[in-house]
Amino acid sequence: MSTLSSTVQNVFNEPGCGKNQGKSDKERKKGCTKQLQPGAAAGGCAFDGAKIALQPITDVAHLVHGPIACEGNSWDNRGAKSSGSLLYRTGFTTDINETDVVFGGEKRLYKAIREVIDKYDPPAVFVYQTCIPALTGDDIDAVCKAAREKFGRPVIPINAPGFVGSKNLGNKLAGEALLEHVIGTEEPEVTTPYDINIIGEYNLSGELWQVRPLLDELGIRILACISGDAKYSEVAQSHRARAAMMVCSKAMINVTRKMEERYGIPFFEGSFYGIGDMSESLREIARLLIERGADAELMTRTEALIAREEARAWAAIAPYRASLAGKRVLLVTGGVKSWSVVAALQEIGMEVVGTSTKKSTAEDKQRIKEIMGEEAHMFDELSPREMFRILKDAQADIMLSGGRSQFVALKAKMPWMDVNQEKHHAYAGYVGMVEMVRQLHLALTNPIWGQVRQLAPWESTTLTLDSPVAADAASTAQVEAA
Amino acid sequence: MATVRHSKKACAVNPLKMSQPIGGALAFMGLADTMPILHGSQGCTAFGMVLFVRHFKESIPLQTTAMSEVATVLGGFDNVEQAVMNIYSKSRPAIVGMCSTGLTETKGDDVEGYLKLTRQRHPELEDTALIYVSTPDFKGAFQDGWAATVLRILQVLVEKPAAPREPARVAVLPGCHLTVADIEELREILESFGLDPVFVPDLSGSLDGHVPEDFSPTTIGGTRREAIAALGSAGLVLAVGEQMRTAAEWLGQHIDAPVQLFDRLLGLGATDRLMAFLADHSGRPVPTKYRRQRSQLVDAMLDGHFYTGGCKVAIGAEPDLLQGVGQFLAELGCELAAAVTTTDSPVLEHLPTEEVLIGDLEDLEAGAAGCDLLITHAHGRQMAQRLDIPFLRMGLPIFDRLGAAHRLALGYRGSRDFIFEVANALIAHGHEPHPDDWRTSDAPEAGAAAAVA
Ligand code: SF4
Repeated sequence: MSTLSSTVQNVFNEPGCGKNQGKSDKERKKGCTKQLQPGAAAGGCAFDGAKIALQPITDVAHLVHGPIACEGNSWDNRGAKSSGSLLYRTGFTTDINETDVVFGGEKRLYKAIREVIDKYDPPAVFVYQTCIPALTGDDIDAVCKAAREKFGRPVIPINAPGFVGSKNLGNKLAGEALLEHVIGTEEPEVTTPYDINIIGEYNLSGELWQVRPLLDELGIRILACISGDAKYSEVAQSHRARAAMMVCSKAMINVTRKMEERYGIPFFEGSFYGIGDMSESLREIARLLIERGADAELMTRTEALIAREEARAWAAIAPYRASLAGKRVLLVTGGVKSWSVVAALQEIGMEVVGTSTKKSTAEDKQRIKEIMGEEAHMFDELSPREMFRILKDAQADIMLSGGRSQFVALKAKMPWMDVNQEKHHAYAGYVGMVEMVRQLHLALTNPIWGQVRQLAPWESTTLTLDSPVAADAASTAQVEAA
Repeated sequence: MATVRHSKKACAVNPLKMSQPIGGALAFMGLADTMPILHGSQGCTAFGMVLFVRHFKESIPLQTTAMSEVATVLGGFDNVEQAVMNIYSKSRPAIVGMCSTGLTETKGDDVEGYLKLTRQRHPELEDTALIYVSTPDFKGAFQDGWAATVLRILQVLVEKPAAPREPARVAVLPGCHLTVADIEELREILESFGLDPVFVPDLSGSLDGHVPEDFSPTTIGGTRREAIAALGSAGLVLAVGEQMRTAAEWLGQHIDAPVQLFDRLLGLGATDRLMAFLADHSGRPVPTKYRRQRSQLVDAMLDGHFYTGGCKVAIGAEPDLLQGVGQFLAELGCELAAAVTTTDSPVLEHLPTEEVLIGDLEDLEAGAAGCDLLITHAHGRQMAQRLDIPFLRMGLPIFDRLGAAHRLALGYRGSRDFIFEVANALIAHGHEPHPDDWRTSDAPEAGAAAAVA
């Protein structure tokens, strides 16, 4: 078995995954990637997933080994923010050509790594394998090893060519690469009993920064966020954290669990979305740290902070309640968001008429049931046509989803709000929740809805024209027609 | 005359180029009731889809044969058949358009053969056109994929004339550098000469951002298959952009009609040539409205030349767009200080600059330092910020501005608007003079001199 396929197996065998544990040995081997339906498939590839998971490491050069399709069509399309280096926003690719396909692209890759190091001097280079060089047999592990020895700095192979599976598998393979090559390779200068890791948070639109000030105030240090706004050395030193919070279980559970196994870092799964969940997460962080040696008074301070922040948030939300309460939401997202956003919306009195659970785990689904009741409308797969129908029939007042389905809502002349990675607003923490409510209010109450739903004057059967001039014109037209 | 140089780097940094298959897919999107498919692994399709969604701000019909690692090694017949049948049973499209990707080309899938077999096994497909194009993404660029696909569309769909020739009918083959607005403008011009244009493909019906009453999984709008089939009786083939030459010549020969290719329709001289040709071909005088528009363009050139004269411009674009924009800017007195493109083309040699580089945005950034204006697609935004020079977005993708499809840069009116855009970008970036602006570098600063004294 090649190393890649054994890594894939290994990831599928993840004991931390609730869904997996319920399966027979044989089923488990097949993994969680459903066989894709040709002609009816959507979504990114494993390479896409790996890149999403690691690109928020900001000072690293992310070099994509493949034809122009993989990077040329996709670079610069995500909103993970950085407080320092901007190197992660530069697109690097070997852009292989026919000759490389026939004779192999290893030489080109090696030269590319050298060029990147010479010109950009990054602390590390991440090399992403893609389908064609994987098919023609380019050994990126060997090239990375040679380059690391020659140039004296980490050159990390990320083995997740697109065709091995879904975006989600790619997230996990990226995690494996970190576990194998990065985590534990450097030592922090100082450690404190207040050091935590946050895993599976990508700082999209700056969401990590909505939470960080609270942790700062409590004296809790984020040793590493994997991977939002991270520097290479932070990830390399992350094995010294005392506790961890896993934000997205689907993406990086393998990293979180293996760090517990290898380095004894306990973790919990939490969410930064919604007031209740945010408070719960802060409590859990404090609890785990205290268990691992932090002073017990941390909890007192945490509770005080929670009380203050919750009061502030509710006060800020109060003015919007009237316009939002009772409004019906169709939620089309996946994974952790399918329950964390539901909870958040219910907190402000909105009704969730349905949620998609395409990428959700069994645990995610259980959580939804807990929140929404047994008869919760969960759609495993919601076709665009179905979404369009639900909106057109006004069974929902607004749709929340990722950018790709936004036009389904807009063409049905219904409000839409982005809750996925390309969104422009940050919704984490207490301040994020207030912002989300504000955006919901803006979306729902925008005066355009009344106008765009009006029929064109020549379409309406009972033509009512209020302005005297228009009425005049109408009567003249009638006279002329007669 | 320019020399064309290929970048020698092993690593492309900040790619300007996009892949052939998605260029092909976009061409299919200009046909009515069509589902484009990429024969490859699903990521290629997802990336293409996201790219188009961000540019057009529309739902994008695009499917994949979802090749897994195993399927790739075994060969893709099953996936091709399943993909076609899945799409057929869901939406019964008039056309299924399939582009290959690097993956399936490397494996060497015989897709033509697969499609033939699929047809044999499923007679119900009789009324669905299956069009396959080879578009490996380790070769060529976006515009090559578009050009190859238009050629295939014509070869598969155009029938030999059965009916008598219709002299007014014109087969128009637009390059992928024309926007929805450009196509609409060209249609209006042709129609005002009494001609009846059929665009292959026609993004102006499908990706023009209208709000349809119903949901459709395939393309909405675009040229109908029957209209393309009937092109056999057309009296003229008119192509825009050098990339369309092969397709235009093939069609002209196939239906025995004259071919007219315009390498660009941006600028006074270029539009004059179009008008003169159309007047001659149709036997009608140039309509008054264009005489008036011409005069407006001339006025815009007079007003604009103060800003464009001597202005150093850096352009990164696919060959035909580079050619149109570059030539027109040169006609306005600009200096093409840096020109970077994605793929080979005969037009490159004729650009009014010393060198054209087939390269990436890193190369352009090196050349753009010290320029007064940067023109490229939206990925140039980081560079423009670093270099602190005004930035005009042109080409695809433009994901950080609205209305990309509706920007007009064709004909007298488009040329006029383009001048205003360029000049306004320069004006907006102008800065107030500062006391130190004219200080030469070796003269000590006032403060320092005082300190020494
Ligand atoms: S599926 Fe393969 S070839 Fe396509 S984008 Fe993903 S890694 Fe690249």
